[in-house]
Amino acid sequence: MNSVLKLILEGESLDTAQIGKILGMGPEAVERELADLRRQGILLGWRPIINPSYEAERRVRAVIEIKIRPEGVGGFDGLAERISAFEQVESCYLMSGGYDLLVVVTADNLYKVAGFVHERLARIDGVQGTSTHFFLRAYKKDGFIVNDEGLRRDQPSVSP
Amino acid sequence: MDDSGRFVARHVATLPKSGIRDFFAIVSKMKDAVSLGIGEPDFVTPYHIREAAISCLEKGRTSYTDNRGTQQLRDEISRYVAQYYGPEYNPENEILVTIGVSEALDILLRAVLNPGDKVLYHEPCYVSYAPSVTLCHAVPLPIRTLSSDQFALDPAALRAAWQPGAKVLVLNFPTNPTGGTADRAKLQEIAKFAIEKDLLVVSDEIYSELTFDGDHVSIASLPGMRERTVFLHGFSKAFAMTGFRIGYACGPAAVIDGMLKVHQYGIMCASIISQEAAVEALRNGRDSMLHMRDKYRERRDFIVRRFNELGLPCHLPRGAFYAFPQVSGTGLDSMTFASKLLEQQKVAVVPGTAFGAAGAGFCRASFSTSYERIHEACERIGRFMDTLPKH
Repeated sequence: MNSVLKLILEGESLDTAQIGKILGMGPEAVERELADLRRQGILLGWRPIINPSYEAERRVRAVIEIKIRPEGVGGFDGLAERISAFEQVESCYLMSGGYDLLVVVTADNLYKVAGFVHERLARIDGVQGTSTHFFLRAYKKDGFIVNDEGLRRDQPSVSP
Repeated sequence: MDDSGRFVARHVATLPKSGIRDFFAIVSKMKDAVSLGIGEPDFVTPYHIREAAISCLEKGRTSYTDNRGTQQLRDEISRYVAQYYGPEYNPENEILVTIGVSEALDILLRAVLNPGDKVLYHEPCYVSYAPSVTLCHAVPLPIRTLSSDQFALDPAALRAAWQPGAKVLVLNFPTNPTGGTADRAKLQEIAKFAIEKDLLVVSDEIYSELTFDGDHVSIASLPGMRERTVFLHGFSKAFAMTGFRIGYACGPAAVIDGMLKVHQYGIMCASIISQEAAVEALRNGRDSMLHMRDKYRERRDFIVRRFNELGLPCHLPRGAFYAFPQVSGTGLDSMTFASKLLEQQKVAVVPGTAFGAAGAGFCRASFSTSYERIHEACERIGRFMDTLPKH
């Protein structure tokens, strides 16, 4: 794996100058590597990881299981790409098992999610059925334990 | 007025306090300090090991165990040591489970030393060696190791430091605080000398899994050494289990039996919860351990390169998670360097003299912390260096 990619995947927030110093390369070289990763479609972007309980006071998040009929224009890919294009859709995956697409959406409130399901998804030709589940509470997000108090509280800052 | 000091025994009253404690007192009160002073893994114990401890509690397994440790753990230790270090130890009478290597070293010294016996050990070294010897009314004989030898023990220096009455030689490779290691050839010479002078060798190999370059060799595996070596090891560093306080000693039956006497009266047994977690570490912990070792190696390469760039000459430690840069080129002694650095830039490193007189002119910087912190600490050290007159 590319050394820059390996380092950024560790999840520490490092700027390009810091990454350069750690890897023993100039910041321009790091920028070049990052640009390459983008060009190759490996690095899609950067997002901070926000505590979901903070987010939950402002946004609701739901996961929608969608059954689709693949015949017609574009098959599975065509429908999945169409659904992915909605700005409410955070992620969209083709799944094995009892339904076909798993879609994560966020919206200001429950009614807006409901509206999205009724007025947008259900109207798409090829969508056979949906099942919507709301997120209630998060315990772990993107590798981070949400309630991480207590951890290391008693560790001495200097020890033998 | 508290005048209870008159009750404290002379040899305890005169024992110097650990230099690390003074430092800890200052750092703990300071906000925004970046500490490179932590002598333990920054990783949390791998979850499957913690889960074994939880499961032990759930099952209600909360009793004492055999003084020697549970049969299961002694069996696993026997297998693990044979597989990765060479010598085979009988779980019945050659293995003792202890409260970390700290207890193992303490009870071993108490079991073998008569007042006035002499103990050889290489310096800079872990803070407890000399005091543990003194507490046994025995005499510490430090042997200086040098930066130019990458802090490996020079057999000639060992020979020169030897005195009549020397009974024990304590080795610690890889070394806290220097990261020094000893290759097979050096260990063979040391072993030859130990046999010639009939020394009991105590080999503290707590950092052995964290050997980054080359293979770790245990002196206990060399011909003629098993019968005069006590191999000390534990789980704190390799498996990030410091708070579990669990370690072990392997050695010839009569010495282990002596240790067992001190252990059974003083300690009874190690915590059963920690023992069950330790079994899980030995059975299934290797992948997590190797992952952590790789991370330490990457951080080591970074911090050592930065120290050298900053004008603090630093050898590349082959094991453990400490860099040991030379600070004497700044014109400051190690205590002054560390104090001023803490005061002016809020970076904590441990003065080399905390690890014995041979540490003068050096500081210990742990790289068991995130890149972000190491990077920030090095930036601050750079700013600190800029304030010093050039030498």
